[in-house]
Amino acid sequence: MSTSYLIKKGLDIKLLGDSEKTIVDYTAKRFAIKPTDFIGVFPKMMVSEGDLVKVGTPLFFDKNRSNLIFTSPVSGKVEALNRGAKRRLLEVIIESDGKNETVKVENQKVDGLSREAIIEKLLQTGLWPMLRQRPYSVIANPAEMPKAIFVPAFDTSPLAPDFDLIVHGRGEEFQQGLDVLRKLTNGNVHLNVDAKNTTSKVFLNSKNVQINKFGGPHPAGNVSVHASKISPINKGEVIWYLYPQDVLTIGSFFMSGKLDFTRIVALAGSEVLKPRYYKTTLGASIRRMVDGNVTKGNNRFISGNVLTGEKIETDGFIGYYDSLVTVIPEGDYAEFFGWLLPGFKKFSFSKVFLSWMFPNRKYRLDTNLHGGHRNLVMTGKYEQVFPFDIYPMALLKAIMVEDIDAMENLGIYEIDAEDFALCEVIDTSKTEMQAIVRKGLELMRKEMS
Amino acid sequence: MKALRKLLDKQKPHFEKGGRFEKFHSAFDSVETLLFVPDKVTFSGSHIRDAIDMKRTMIVVFVSLIPTVLFGMWNIGYQHFISHGIVPELWTSFFYGFWKMLPIIIVSYAVGLGIEIIFAQYKGHEVNEGFFVSGLLIPLIVPPETPLWQIAIAVAFAVIFGKEVFGGTGMNIVNPALTARAFLFFAYPADMSGDKVWIADKLDAYSGATPLGNALVGNFDKIPSPYDMFMGFIPGSIGETSVLMILLGAAILLITGIGNWRIMFSVFAGGIVMALLFNWWGANEYMKLPFYYHLIMGGFAFGAVFMATDPVTAAQTKRGMYIYGFLIGVIAILIRVFNPAYPEGVMLSILLMNVFAPLIDHYVIESNIKKRLKRMKDLVSN
Repeated sequence: MSTSYLIKKGLDIKLLGDSEKTIVDYTAKRFAIKPTDFIGVFPKMMVSEGDLVKVGTPLFFDKNRSNLIFTSPVSGKVEALNRGAKRRLLEVIIESDGKNETVKVENQKVDGLSREAIIEKLLQTGLWPMLRQRPYSVIANPAEMPKAIFVPAFDTSPLAPDFDLIVHGRGEEFQQGLDVLRKLTNGNVHLNVDAKNTTSKVFLNSKNVQINKFGGPHPAGNVSVHASKISPINKGEVIWYLYPQDVLTIGSFFMSGKLDFTRIVALAGSEVLKPRYYKTTLGASIRRMVDGNVTKGNNRFISGNVLTGEKIETDGFIGYYDSLVTVIPEGDYAEFFGWLLPGFKKFSFSKVFLSWMFPNRKYRLDTNLHGGHRNLVMTGKYEQVFPFDIYPMALLKAIMVEDIDAMENLGIYEIDAEDFALCEVIDTSKTEMQAIVRKGLELMRKEMS
Repeated sequence: MKALRKLLDKQKPHFEKGGRFEKFHSAFDSVETLLFVPDKVTFSGSHIRDAIDMKRTMIVVFVSLIPTVLFGMWNIGYQHFISHGIVPELWTSFFYGFWKMLPIIIVSYAVGLGIEIIFAQYKGHEVNEGFFVSGLLIPLIVPPETPLWQIAIAVAFAVIFGKEVFGGTGMNIVNPALTARAFLFFAYPADMSGDKVWIADKLDAYSGATPLGNALVGNFDKIPSPYDMFMGFIPGSIGETSVLMILLGAAILLITGIGNWRIMFSVFAGGIVMALLFNWWGANEYMKLPFYYHLIMGGFAFGAVFMATDPVTAAQTKRGMYIYGFLIGVIAILIRVFNPAYPEGVMLSILLMNVFAPLIDHYVIESNIKKRLKRMKDLVSN
């Protein structure tokens, strides 16, 4: 049985540089796990520089939840522990020896395992952090029972990777992964597919899950949108979510007992000469991927998509949850009377530039802010790209004044920072909305714990 | 262009903190950002941003006002010469009005922007673009014979007490341009009403009453034809007379999506409903006035298109916008017909609803909250 939902509000930002649907092998020398990818995690190191590690060797654990361990995706040597301001740990870098030796873990058939035993295995192998929860987007709490688990099988963000391609030919592992998830909740496992673009049998023939179809513009692929339609999150409830590649990793571990952190990552963006997919391992350095494969000039490298991704350096590492690397030009130039020009080539959601006459144009967008920060002035625009039964402006203002009750009443549990990305893009006042929402969510989390 | 950029880059350090002209930082910044969209890049959240900014938004509103400005200039001259019994040529009228209106515009901008820059410097933020539009709106809603010193005081009052004390554009409760108009209306009633002010330098013998002025005192036979009122060949505040030009501006606002159609639509709907109610009641001559007269007389159309739609002071929720707009229309006609002290009710009704807009929003949002709480309750009880 499948249910269909059509999302009407939203915006597809059409960018140049979509990845070609071919996968090439990519071997990186350096890999990293970035503690900053995990919201609210305070890393305590379990290895030090120079230590030899295998695939699955614990690297660090969370000070607040000591059963939460993070393991190495490759075998090799701990090369460096990069720290930032206030000695905050940014990257645990491992130099791969290319052998992919794996720590030994006993594997058993999923059917025979209890929920507790599965959780224990996932925690022990460091696969657990792949499961995150809403609200707050933190790593799921093993002691809680989620009311449902969501697996988005498509991504609607700009230049998004095609999950159909990523799971191609791995139906068995995927089904195994879903069966594992099945045991973790007493509610449903929701596999949410694109009503139009999902054609992969791997997704459509999945069993023991509820398949839901979603159509419409971005953010139709966001977890919050799916949850809001299928089963809105009330105060005190949690849902868990993870992405298809993580399901594969979990599935293949329970099938073979071998830890395999293989990832297929799309390289896309207007500045990439050969945008395509790369088969690599979790946390790979992008250096050799982009070396000689991007245009000359000042570019921005993003792990993730242009709306929510993180800025990385040319020798930076792909984030734990990301399957996309985007390269766009930096916009550090001053434009003469830029606000006055007709703007045939300017991207805008409003029809204030003449580019609105060419709705199918694909854009080469840079990182220029296109204006200065102002108070919130325009109204009625955010709602057009925000498909929730929530008043975005009211919620933002409640967060700004840190009014806990109002935030709760206005629906902060139902959304995440990424759901405000489009509002942020089209905002006339250039408000840093995702940062504000993230701050609000963190405030709520601290208040509730 | 490059030379200009170089010049700016060279002068910039003098205006930064610790520089020689530190005190003029905001003034420099406003000129710099006017000439060049800054080279700032995104640093958190979305890496790409819409090309729209506050300057672009305001220039669109500015452009939408130009038809009324040009027509207003012409009409100042036209009304002047007609009152002298001369039928003028197009350009004669226009230039007469141009020289009449230009000082008003200059005074409005000079005083308003001056205060804005001082406040921006004092508070250490960039100069708000809001006055870009307010500065043109104010000359459009005053009678042509308003003394310049009064305009200067009204603008100062509006910018300081209507806007900056609340925190600048985006934080104000009431529309700054209407605040200026209300200030003039209440501070200098003798200069702001009667039939002397609406026509520039008119002959005493000629009646200069506006259609609303005539209606108020019961001279219904002196109200011009609907055609003249729609086209704007009547005395009145500079920008309000031509409904045709206002609709042209409305089209620009609606096509670009800068103006809110919900508000415009519901102001007109409210006005029509109220006027029709009066028609049906029919207790006096004014009530019997055909409903469409109300839409083309006075400042109704101008208020609906350019004043009520100010996003900062209007209701912000979709349902709230309908209620807010509708009530503006209703109250405007109500004041016109019932209140003998004010010939025009649009200004007061918009100001009143500006004050009530947050309350309307509050109840709309409250219903959203109730829905959420109910969902929660249903969950618990099941």
